Amino acid sequence: MKSALFDYTLRLGDSSLIIGHRLSEWCGHGPVLEQDIALINIALDLVGQAKSFLEYAGKVEAKGRDEDALAYHRIDRDFRNILLAEQPNEDFAFTIIRQFLFDAFQYPFYQRLAKSKDPQLAAIAQKSLKEVTYHLRFSSEWTIRLGDGTPESHEKMQTAINELWAFTGELFEMTETDEILIEHGIAIDLNEIKPIWEQKVKAIFKEATLEIPTTNWMQSGGKKGIHTEYLGFILAEMQYLPRAFPDAKW
Amino acid sequence: MKKITKEAILETLEKVTDPEIPVLSIVDMGLIRDIQLTENQIEVVITPTYSGCPAMNVIEIEILATLQMNGFENVKVTTVLSPAWTTDWLTERGRQQLLEYGIAPPARGTVDKHVLFQEDRVVACPQCNSINTKMISQFGSTACKAMYKCNDCLEPFDYFKCI
Repeated sequence: MKSALFDYTLRLGDSSLIIGHRLSEWCGHGPVLEQDIALINIALDLVGQAKSFLEYAGKVEAKGRDEDALAYHRIDRDFRNILLAEQPNEDFAFTIIRQFLFDAFQYPFYQRLAKSKDPQLAAIAQKSLKEVTYHLRFSSEWTIRLGDGTPESHEKMQTAINELWAFTGELFEMTETDEILIEHGIAIDLNEIKPIWEQKVKAIFKEATLEIPTTNWMQSGGKKGIHTEYLGFILAEMQYLPRAFPDAKW
Repeated sequence: MKKITKEAILETLEKVTDPEIPVLSIVDMGLIRDIQLTENQIEVVITPTYSGCPAMNVIEIEILATLQMNGFENVKVTTVLSPAWTTDWLTERGRQQLLEYGIAPPARGTVDKHVLFQEDRVVACPQCNSINTKMISQFGSTACKAMYKCNDCLEPFDYFKCI
């Protein structure tokens, strides 16, 4: 039960940390100043949420690792984030679709996790839900604006969907960890989230004149530590400083 | 020797401000959730505005330093996440200070029901009080603010958004 809770909490923290890090790569590169700031604000929320989850994961594990040790001193195979989170930014369309698919999951997920029997997970979810509400609004609006925009923006958005779709199956994948924790009323049955997510995605894509791909093949692995080649590069950049200068302080 | 009461501690904490909004004390922001007094320890319980608020570390250090300078010893700061901070906890004085500083205070009532597109909240310009304003972005210079502009006096301004 303790190791399942550790695994579950890591998964939530790692997904937020990695997608937050991805968004932070936009800092100074956004298409316009306002959207640059928006992406970085969202990144900040996600990294903040990751900090809460990883801090708690360290306490659950009880081996003296804090949030920094977990973020900066694990290798890729120990990360439990979903593969969608680590996919590269590519262009603005790609980033927005990745974010929308993620936010549309996080929102109903945190609504339920806020009532988890684990009080700390519930507290983090209650806090995060308020922030995710703004994220989902932002990514939904941009999905519609660009999908139903010019022929070029439409094409870029549809390409992003086609490329990223194979990573959405993993959002709802459950492992032994989920089974154990669902029994204790701690984890959320992801089968409950799936129809809500699908409904949201369908509604926004419809308004955006975008299409859901018909392919059913789904990529998997992140929740078990099997990652795409991208995660190693993210960690190399993210972990360089604390590994090269272990006691570095601001 | 100062008498150690919750009121005295709270009064002292009014000197601590958010480094990103220096006109506003952490008391008026509603960040102080509790003060616990035991025989030999003072515990100040705080809550962050946003999960990633970069000011939290500084605020914690400021609380410790300010209390110590004012004669309170053995202070410990604890952070809690639940119940999650809401803009409803801003005091009336805090709202007034925000306005005078040029930041539009949050609309009353926690839940922003205007979540549907194009239905932005009506936010009055803190400079000229006009309600002919427009939201530029839901995300502003800090996590807790959105960017607006006034169509009458043409000034851009920050809006302290509801959460």
